[in-house]
Amino acid sequence: MEISFKINGEMQTVDVAENTPLLWVIRDILNLKGTKFGCGKAACGACTVHIDGNALRSCSIPVRFAENKEVITIEGLGTKENPHPVQQAWIEEVVPQCGYCQPGFMMATAALLAKNPNPTDEDIDRNIVNVCRCGTYYRMRKAIKRAAELSAGEIHPSEENKV
Amino acid sequence: MEKPIENKSRRKFIVRSLFGGTGVLLGAVYFGRNALRRNLYHAIENAEVAYSGNTGTPLIWFEILKDNSITFHCPKVEMGQGTFTGLAQIAADELEVDIAQMRVVHAQSDSGNIDAMSTGGSTSISGLWVPLRELAATMREMLKNAAANELGSDAASLNIAQGVISNGQKSITYGEIASKTKKWEIPETPALKPLKNYKFIGKPVSRVDLEDKVMGASMYGMDAEMPNMLFGAAVRPSKIGAKFINADTTEAEQMPGVVKVVKEKDFVGVVAKSYTEAENAKNAIKVNWQTEKVWQTKDIEAMVEVGKGDPMVIQKEGKADSILENEGQEIIQSEYKSPLGAHAQLEPNGAVAFVEKDKATVMISTQVVNITRKEVAEKIGLEPEQVNIVPTFLGGGFGRRLHTPNAMQAAVLSKAVGQPVKCFFNRQEEFQNDTFRPPTHHVMKAKLNGNGLIEALEHNVSSGDVMYGSALFPSIVEPVIGSDVGAWRGGMIQYRSIPNYRAVSWRVKLPFATSWWRSLGLLANTFAIESFMDELAEKAGKNPVEFRLAHIQDDKAGNRLKKVIETAAEKANYVNEVKNGRAMGFAASTDARTPVAQVAEVSIENGEIKVHKVTCVIDPGLAVNPDQIKAQCEGSIIMGISAAMHERMYVEDGVLKPIIYGPYRMALMKHSPREIDIEILQNDDKPGAVGEPPLGPIGACVANAVYRLTKKRLREMPLSLA
Repeated sequence: MEISFKINGEMQTVDVAENTPLLWVIRDILNLKGTKFGCGKAACGACTVHIDGNALRSCSIPVRFAENKEVITIEGLGTKENPHPVQQAWIEEVVPQCGYCQPGFMMATAALLAKNPNPTDEDIDRNIVNVCRCGTYYRMRKAIKRAAELSAGEIHPSEENKV
Repeated sequence: MEKPIENKSRRKFIVRSLFGGTGVLLGAVYFGRNALRRNLYHAIENAEVAYSGNTGTPLIWFEILKDNSITFHCPKVEMGQGTFTGLAQIAADELEVDIAQMRVVHAQSDSGNIDAMSTGGSTSISGLWVPLRELAATMREMLKNAAANELGSDAASLNIAQGVISNGQKSITYGEIASKTKKWEIPETPALKPLKNYKFIGKPVSRVDLEDKVMGASMYGMDAEMPNMLFGAAVRPSKIGAKFINADTTEAEQMPGVVKVVKEKDFVGVVAKSYTEAENAKNAIKVNWQTEKVWQTKDIEAMVEVGKGDPMVIQKEGKADSILENEGQEIIQSEYKSPLGAHAQLEPNGAVAFVEKDKATVMISTQVVNITRKEVAEKIGLEPEQVNIVPTFLGGGFGRRLHTPNAMQAAVLSKAVGQPVKCFFNRQEEFQNDTFRPPTHHVMKAKLNGNGLIEALEHNVSSGDVMYGSALFPSIVEPVIGSDVGAWRGGMIQYRSIPNYRAVSWRVKLPFATSWWRSLGLLANTFAIESFMDELAEKAGKNPVEFRLAHIQDDKAGNRLKKVIETAAEKANYVNEVKNGRAMGFAASTDARTPVAQVAEVSIENGEIKVHKVTCVIDPGLAVNPDQIKAQCEGSIIMGISAAMHERMYVEDGVLKPIIYGPYRMALMKHSPREIDIEILQNDDKPGAVGEPPLGPIGACVANAVYRLTKKRLREMPLSLA
């Protein structure tokens, strides 16, 4: 069936089985490969995207759930020229190693900071529950705090667009 | 005695113009004849692996483009360890270009510049340290000599900065010279610069792949695509030892999106128009598997026991065996265990293959480009030269991608439909068809003398295979080594002023694949040896740090080890007493000649072990990139905490479990130490191993701290007070 939603600021209509996981629509139909497949069971968070501002695991969400909603992926978070504060902090702290899980973590962090601009260590522990095998959690924690500082000083365009 | 790495200076340079005159390819053959055997001997003697050489011609190392940027076709793959960055630093310094001018890409097998062996074993930087600088320096001289002709100046009078060659009045870029020069002179290999003249080597240069990874733009095997690509899925068994007999595919053939069901003699797969359609169809295939035995965890545990299987003495000094033979009250003995562990790397093994009439292309995340190529070629009846492997970034390696049967399955499926096919493992298949870290059992024995020093020490380790069965080590070399180098990594006694010591490795062949897992036997072996050292220190009534120092020999390796131990104790303000509910645990290891000492600060909260802070001192020799060395230490500590405190695979009614993250418990943000304090010592003038050695001590550190807090000695990983 035809399903329409906004993704990274652009309306898209796809014609797929309505229970197709959103992840595969994003990756294989809309060709946005930054959102990763890790487990397919919402257990690792590599596929985290924003749907109407909430961080959700797209591998386990049927595409029909996104109908008429706004989806943001890592490609819509920021650009090299104009990185989101979370991406800026990730660059400053040189967080990624293999990098595969990082888009999911950055999406989860951006959603956390939008709701809680100054998270404590306990807030971070409770909310950032994705899996990273390289063990970059130590730098991520520093980057999350740095992103909170950066966000305090500016509002990023991708946040302004939100309702 | 240390033997220097054999100097391989015979080489042949190749220079070719690029298509359409966009630049110049600079290539060189770096000979690696009989590399495997020589490397094995070398590895045994020195725990050091030399660069194995590249695979064939044409060879491309550097591509100089007109815009004066350099594309470096890297023979090693980037799996997070930072090798692209470290090697770019090394090349840039001798090429005399800025790091920003370097673009690093994975060498494709067609380039000839893929590593003949693998990316692994913490050897990329150390192995290429000399060859890469020599190549870069030679190419710089070639460009300089060509510029001298062009500018009409004496080569010796020219200055080079950032890829621009100048005689004071006129200047010319590498890009310009490369596109103008028709005939190249190949000079003798020039002398390398003194270390102090390097601008990038030794500096915390930011990762060259950083921005792309942060923007989600890096391509992994899972992300690779080709035009007209279809999706494949192969049925994989969930039971141990399951043999494929036949399959009923009637239902699958009728499923939506299915293009073809492919039945081979050893597997069945399906090709469909989308991933979900391929998975759904695969799930509808009814496979008849045959299993001879229904395995349980207790069966596996019963196999992994010192005394069973084939023993091999891997280290012997003095008469430890006869001293420790007589069971008496003077003999101190403890046993330790580690569980079956999964790689659990985030990117499932994925590949896109396109098999045509007389050639094939495979895009894949692999640590063994050359082996992947050979295996694919053999499977589909082509010569290796007809198969081009295009390596992508790896979404984690950790040894998992030293086996790539998924490449063969993708190729078979592609051949069957005549179109490109992407095929990858789902998560359950990853957990059940992993090449696991083998479970281990350790028996430690010792005798103290009247002064509270160790008179004799023995380590017996039983382990499933690590090296055996791996395509990296063909069966022909097994007799050369005689025992599993991988299983006993970290299993030898590093305290060599003990007068009598011995290490014995017992080989067990398990009914499923066990193989390379980051640092191999190091984590488990160090857990046993370093927990036992604390037990002995207590028996001797000595401080654990001083006790260790008292048993280290006075030579270069010993002095480097002493220094990391002393520095770690000092940096962490190591104390034996419990303070504010927290205790410290100490441990040290030497792996691939890199000594590491760690101190963990631990408390017990609600019955659970909590690691607050880890101090880590590492001496990898010359530090090419101190920031990435720190990143590898942090990652190793956290991965080590995950493996030592949380992870465990088990077997229930023939099925390997768990099959998903969560139930397969791993360290998350909340389990990671809030503080990690790292210091790098550089007591060697060349770079050594970094990616694995810091995984050694952490398990023992935590167990030693828990003992101090609870007086309970945890001798089994994952460590738990429950």
